[in-house]
Formats: sequence, C-alpha cells, structure tokens
Amino acid sequence: MARSLVKRAGRSLISVALTFLGLTCVTFFIGRVIPIDPVLAIVGDKASRETYMRVRTEIGLDQPIPVQYWRYLKKVLQGDFGNSVITSHPVLHDLWQVFPATLELSLLALIIGVIVGVPMGVVAATHQGRWQDQVIRFFSLLGYSMPVFWLGLVGLLLFYARLGWVEGPGRLDVSFDDLVTPITGIITIDSLLAGEHEVFWNAFWHLVLPASILGYLSLAYIARMTRSFMLEQLRQEYVLATLAKGLSPWRVVWVHALGNIWVQVVTVTALTFGSLLEGAVLTETVFAWPGLGLYMKNSLFNADLNAVLGGTMLVGVVYIGLNMLSDLIYPLVDPRARDA
Amino acid sequence: MSDITRRLMLAGSAAVPFAGWTRIADAATPKDVVVFAKQMDDIITLDPGEAYELTGIEILTNVYDRLLRYEAEDLTKLVGGVAESWTVSEDGKIFTFKIRPNLKFQSGAPVTAEDVEFSLQRVVLMDKTSAFLLTQLGWSKTTVKDLVKASGNTVVAKITEDFAPSLVLNLMTSIVASVVEKKVAMANEKNGDLGNGWLKTNSATSGAFKLVSWKANESVTLEANPGFRMGAPAMKRVIVRHVPEPASQRLLLEKADADFVRDLTPDQIKPLASNKDVKVESFKAANTFYMGLNTGYEPLANPKVRQAMKMLVDYEGMVKSFLAGRFIVQQSFLPLGFFGAIAYNPFKLDVEKAKALLAEAGFKDGFAVKMSAPNVSPWTEISQSVQQTMGQAGIKVSIEPMELKAVIAQYRGRGHQIAMLSWGPDYFDPHTNADTFAHNDDNSDTAKSKPLAWRNKWFIPEITKEMLVAAKELDAKKRAQQYEVLQKKVTDEGPFILMFQNNNQVARRVTATGFNPGITEDLNFYRTIKKS
Repeated sequence: MARSLVKRAGRSLISVALTFLGLTCVTFFIGRVIPIDPVLAIVGDKASRETYMRVRTEIGLDQPIPVQYWRYLKKVLQGDFGNSVITSHPVLHDLWQVFPATLELSLLALIIGVIVGVPMGVVAATHQGRWQDQVIRFFSLLGYSMPVFWLGLVGLLLFYARLGWVEGPGRLDVSFDDLVTPITGIITIDSLLAGEHEVFWNAFWHLVLPASILGYLSLAYIARMTRSFMLEQLRQEYVLATLAKGLSPWRVVWVHALGNIWVQVVTVTALTFGSLLEGAVLTETVFAWPGLGLYMKNSLFNADLNAVLGGTMLVGVVYIGLNMLSDLIYPLVDPRARDA
Repeated sequence: MSDITRRLMLAGSAAVPFAGWTRIADAATPKDVVVFAKQMDDIITLDPGEAYELTGIEILTNVYDRLLRYEAEDLTKLVGGVAESWTVSEDGKIFTFKIRPNLKFQSGAPVTAEDVEFSLQRVVLMDKTSAFLLTQLGWSKTTVKDLVKASGNTVVAKITEDFAPSLVLNLMTSIVASVVEKKVAMANEKNGDLGNGWLKTNSATSGAFKLVSWKANESVTLEANPGFRMGAPAMKRVIVRHVPEPASQRLLLEKADADFVRDLTPDQIKPLASNKDVKVESFKAANTFYMGLNTGYEPLANPKVRQAMKMLVDYEGMVKSFLAGRFIVQQSFLPLGFFGAIAYNPFKLDVEKAKALLAEAGFKDGFAVKMSAPNVSPWTEISQSVQQTMGQAGIKVSIEPMELKAVIAQYRGRGHQIAMLSWGPDYFDPHTNADTFAHNDDNSDTAKSKPLAWRNKWFIPEITKEMLVAAKELDAKKRAQQYEVLQKKVTDEGPFILMFQNNNQVARRVTATGFNPGITEDLNFYRTIKKS
C-alpha cells in the first residue's frame, strides 16, 4: 500500500516536472518568435543604437535562443522568474499582487455557477422537452454564446449607471484605497480580517457584478453539462427499478441519479474554474479589474517575456493543482472512485 | 415533488446571481480628491531619469519641479523652475543657472545646486531611454561630471555641440531636467544604480505633489505638497485610475466616480452632449499622424509616385467625418503651437491629377503595396479610407493590421512598404521633430541613429545639413524661416504623407475645472485643478 502510494506520488512528480518543462519551453520559444521586440518595450522607439544594443546584451538577447532558454531555466529553478518590464517588479511579486484579484472574482463566479448551474441542469433533465427544459436551455445558450465583453458593458450600464445597485469598475472606491493591509490579497477577506466592514461592503459591491457575469457564463456551461449527464443517468435501469420500488421521484433524482454524476460534475467544475482563472481577460478589461488576465494581456502586448512566462507557469500550476484536487474529491463524492 | 416546489426552485436558481443587487450605490468623489480615469498601462517606471512614456511624463510633470518650466499660467513663456534665473555665454556654449533660495524638498531639506548637478549628471550616467536628450549636447558618461558643475548657488552647464540656446533651454524644461533630492536617492542606491530602483516607485522631490503609490495596471496616487513654491495645490490627492475600456470610463464619469476621463471615442462623446453634468473639451496636442513610404520599395522611390499618393488621401473628408473633433489637417512635420510651425497643407484628394502623375511615372495601371498599421482605432478607420481612395487610382493597398509595437519593430528594421504611425515630440523645440523627419546622412544599415528619414531610406545629406544649421541658429527670426523651408521640403519631397495633428479630448464633470492639457505631456498640470 505504502509502496504504491510512493510510486503514485513519484509518477505525479515526474509528470508535473515534465509539464512545467514543456510549458516553459513552448512559451519561451513562442515568445522569442513573436514580431514584437522586447528591447523596444524597454528602451522605447526613440532610443539610440548604443542604448538599444546595451539593453539587448543586458537581457541576454544577443545569445542564441537555446542558451537564453537554458539561462532562464536555471534561474527559474532557483525561484527567480526575473523582473517584469512593465512594472519593474520581480514577476513573482506581481503575480502575488494580481492573482488574488482574479481568484476572488473567479471563486464567487464559480460558486454562482455551481449553486445555480447544477440544479438548473437537473431540472432541465427531469423536464426534458417541456417548457422548463426549453427555458433553461435557452438561458444557458444565451450565456454560452453572448460575448462577455458586451454582457459586461450592458451589466454596467444597467446595474451601475442606471439603477445604481452596484459599484462600478475597479476593486474599491478611491476613498477606500489602501485602508486595509493586504494579507491574502483578496480584499473581501482582508477587510473582514481587519474588521473594516465598510471596506468589505464596498469591495463586495464592486465584485458582485463582474462575478455574476462570469458566474452566468460558467453556470451556462455547468447547467448544460449537468443536463446531459443527468439524461444519461435517468435512462439507466436502476432509476426505473427504484421508482418501481416506490421511492419518491425527488429522492431518485436528487439523491441517486445526481449522486452518480458528481465525479463528472467535479471534473467540469474544475475545468470551469481553470478557465475562469486564466480567461477572464475581457471581463477584467471592462471592469478595470487588476487581475491575472489583464496582467498577462499587457505583458504579451509589451513583449514582457518574463511576465508572460511567469503567468503561464502560474496557470499551469493552477491546472495541475485543480487536477490533483479533483482526484482528491472523487473518492469523497463517489464510493466507486474510492475502490478504484 | 410538487409543481409549486419545482417552480420555486427554478425561479430561485435563476435569481441567485442577481440576489445581491439590492442597494443604492454612493456617488461622487471627495471634494479635495480628483480622480482621472484613463489608459495608463504605458507606465513602466516613475524615475524621472528614466521615464519616457506619455502617462509617466505627465505624472512626473506634476511630481517633480524642473530646472526651467513652461507653467500652466502661460504655456508659451519660458520661466524659471528650480532655477531663479539663467544666463548664456556669448558663444552659446555656457549656461549658468542660479538656483532659487529657500526652496525645499518635501523631506524638508533645502534644494541646492548640488541636487541640480546630480540630477542632470544622473540622467547621462544611468543612460536610460531619455538620456539622448542630454547626450546630444555633447555630454557623455566620461565628460558630464566636468561639463555640469555646481558652484555655490549656481550650476554651470557647458555644451560641446553647436545648438541654439533656445533649444538647450527648452531641453531644461523637459523630463530629464527634473530635480531629484540627491541625499534621498543615494541613500536608496543599490549596486551603483543612483537610486534608480527605488525611484521607480518612490519620489524625492520639491514638486507640487509627491508619489504615494503606483500600482501597475491599477492606479497612481499623488499627494499635494503644501510647501510647493507656487502655493499648495487645491486638490489634496490626485488619483489616476487605469480603466482600459473607454465605455467604462464614460460610465464612471456619468456616475461621478471619475472627475476627468481621457480616452473617450467619438461614439461615446456624442451622447454626452445632452448630459448637463458633463463637459467635453478639446485641446491641441502635438502628435503628427503620417504614413512612412519606404523608398527601398521600387514604386515608392519615384518622387512622382509619392506626389501622386499624397493626392490620394481624403484629408478633409476624414476630419469632417469619423475623425471629427479629434484631428485637424496638418501636412507639416511641426505641430501647430510649436515654434516655427506653419499651416502648410498643399495636398487634397485629387484622383485625376494623381492618375496623371502615376502615368508620367510609368505606373499607369497603379501597383500593389502593403501597408502596416496598428490594429486599433483610429488607425483602422484611417487605413481603410486610404485604401479606398488610393484604389481609385489603381494603387492596390493591402492593409496589414498589427500590434503597435510590432509595426514599430518592423518600421525600425525598414521591413515595411508603407507604415502608418504617429510621432510625438520629445521636448518643446522644433529640433525634436526636424531631427527625425529631416535627418539622414548615413543610410547604411549600421547607422548610429534611426530617424524617420532613415527608416524610409530617404538619403538627404544636404537637407540634414540645413536641419543642423537651423538647430544652431541664434537669431530666432532666421531660425523660424529655416524651419519653414525645411517643413515645405519634407512635405513636398519627403517619403511622408503627413496627414493630421491630434486633439486631446478631455471629458469632465462640470464641478471639476482647471485641467487644461498643453500641447505635450510636459504641460499637463494637476495643481490648477479645482472642484466645486
């Protein structure tokens, strides 16, 4: 038993290491062939030839690409991801600043997605072809196909500008800036820890709209997937058998059938969370949300390769972490996974 | 499960995402705080010896005092900043600046000639992007300590190159002449960086504001200096928020969560006209929007073809339609408002004349050409208009939209056929633009500098000489005449289709006044802002 555990852990470690190596390798080489000059990003268009060449040498671009990669890899292994060109800070410091903002947004969006999406999927499946199903499918399709950029702007126009129900772009009002010392970087949590309730509510009202919009997108996906998983289950003979035995339809659907799709739902949820964390660029742009998506976008457009590489590694870590987390959750939600 | 329960569940599920929206949001920024919403992701440093990005220069204009200035009260008059007065030797080579007495840094320490000496030397010694502004005077890492020296309450600066004194004095109003407190910078020095690492995110200044924080891609916060030499600014805090999306900027303004917004597009400005709480104002800016024609591409080497192409742009049509309010036609390389600038606009859309010129040049049926242009507004619209009008004379323009930085990289490598871009001046003197549009006496690939004429392979040793003569001319009248001749030559013969000069459009709450951007970012003052 212990030996198999060690073996499994070893295999995981090797897989993680290889994934990272692949990630750095692909991102590094893509970064070196894009038609944006990283030296220009630092020195600007008007720099003299001497300044340009000096900076080019300073950042090692005068070396062959494999040598540059090897140097980068050595530094990364020592925990040094280099400095970002656009912020002047170490990339790790930047990621520590921006990731919590995205995490905060994505977590609330995911909670909305799961709490609303799963029951919606179940209801749609149990009412297949009826009006409930049609409404839910239409609602999901809308969320799935509507550009998040447009949805964000319309949401802002309606709920912020016209109705005044929520706060506008940004994480906080200017008057609340810098009142709370960051501990986790998640303002809602930090403000509660500091006992700053006003800051908490202000942060919450800033958060609720972008999170709801992202939540809507994720619930659309989760609901559609849950519906199709449930339809598969409801066609199984055990459903007919349990109903024939006299169990209430509610219990059959919400306990037995739903119980059998949790593994798939967890997988879908983990993937949704991953894409929320790395793919909220447009939402972050509309809502001026200083998160990972905006950081990566700016870094890419400025050929800030250290930042792009650091961000990519972080996204890789997130996906690997979510995979591992899913593996841990499977046995908890499905006894069959325990035995496997 | 009953139908009612099912329906309740369904309704509940749908309502959860919106369940939190049950409050009325507060509005309006505090009265002693001014909030700007703008795109400010170009800032990469706030060290005045290094910063050279537009937003960075604007912020630092307000944080640091400079040796000389053009002040908000009269943007055309050169006055002393940290310097109380100055003299220039007869040969125009020695500049002596007398430092104001009783000036203090925000730390409480007095501003001395030694701080000025340190600040100027530091720019050259660090050799960052902006250093060329001072090294062109003949200052180098090895000579600057001998050429820029403090003595008592004066600083003596000697130049070894021939330049008009007005040009040198104008340079002393630019970002590189910001005065940094030597003691604080050196106390934070690491590995001989002259405090560069620390000053990227902190300030050591005697200016109107101090830097409280710069959060990249988020905000810059400034705090008023009550002891500023021209009096305490009315606003205790200035917050510049990074709001990348113009539509979001508009909403912030309408809800009074921002006092000034800076990047609205015409479709957002139009509906604001009916909002009585908001006002939109236009201020002349100094960016020249143009197309660079690479003469290395055979058809573009022919002067008649270039002449024809200049007649195939609908300048007036564009500024009267989709560019309305944002641009004016300006076909000279100097923006109006600059010393020596002329309103010289000899070209207008004339397809028949252009066709005749093309036929004379041997391109009766036109030719195909690629045009690289940034993939954002207004470039996309301008390039489409140009494509359409040039097509009328048989010139088949294929637009290659790309990231701005990719266009610049290609342009610097002379890999373009046509590049559509803009150029902004580095300081408030005509030489800054003349030195790039009318300078190329070394057309080799290894040329020391890469001015715009070089990038388009326009080899002009004679015009370069004329440009250098104008840079050295001591007589202002003569100098203006020389720039007039240069501008006409570049417009008529050069490989540039000079099109527009831009306007700065600022939308503000009617309660916030006093922010009147000048022609360059060096003239955008926050200290004059007031709120009612």
